[in-house]
Amino acid sequence: MENQEKQQKINKVAVICAKGNLEDVYAALVLANGAVMDGIEAKLFFTFFGLDAVIKKRMNKLQTATVGNPALRMPNGTRMGNLLGMIPGIQPMVSKMMKKQMDELDVPPVDEFLDMITAGGGEVYACQLAVDMFKVKREELSEHVSDVLTVGEFYEKAAGEGAQIIFT
Amino acid sequence: MAQQTIAGKTVEVTDEGYLQDYSQWNEEIAKELAKEEGIELTEDHFKVLRFLREKYEEGANLTIRKVGKSGITDIKGFYNLFPGGPLKKSSKIAGIPKPTSCV
Repeated sequence: MENQEKQQKINKVAVICAKGNLEDVYAALVLANGAVMDGIEAKLFFTFFGLDAVIKKRMNKLQTATVGNPALRMPNGTRMGNLLGMIPGIQPMVSKMMKKQMDELDVPPVDEFLDMITAGGGEVYACQLAVDMFKVKREELSEHVSDVLTVGEFYEKAAGEGAQIIFT
Repeated sequence: MAQQTIAGKTVEVTDEGYLQDYSQWNEEIAKELAKEEGIELTEDHFKVLRFLREKYEEGANLTIRKVGKSGITDIKGFYNLFPGGPLKKSSKIAGIPKPTSCV
């Protein structure tokens, strides 16, 4: 107990998501939502391929890689294997199955998850450099995105006592 | 685990102050527990508390999303009713165990 009192409480988290795989985006969303749920201030920053998570047309169509993903297993527990994973249609099918299983555990689609996070006071940002690089227009970004920031501006938002930066 | 007297009734609570036995709960206890969290309970709060107790009895795994889809309040409303940790605080005040869900 005495030891616990000495620990610095986490007051704020900044979660950076740079990948557009289903699992990487969800890791960021779960971490940010979990923070908000516990009264911890949360900022989400989407950059590079992670930007797909806040592009309206793409956010609910994220997929998990079925090639080059050694931990991916079939329902019976055997490895998926790259040759099977590269067959057209397998990746969307596996991704759909994963989304269904998540939904059963009340893990919502990306747009609804962002609704939950922002409803709890969490903030969502997109990276200026990635937006410029991929030539994404502001109107293509989801309305959850409150601003497009440079990395310096993001650090300003992330600062604070008991603040942590998490890169998924 | 310890015994605690809340609103004149002796109840068993966990280290974190959650009731051990949800059947020992009553509205007076809820008001007292809410006060500790700095919340003055209104009928809107009680609607959520009754929903949580009902779902807990049914054996459901409670999540913020379920409360948001309950039709009683939306997620924003839930955060407004129980600021700074809606699911944990409301579960505690509703006399049900600490939620184990990550969402």
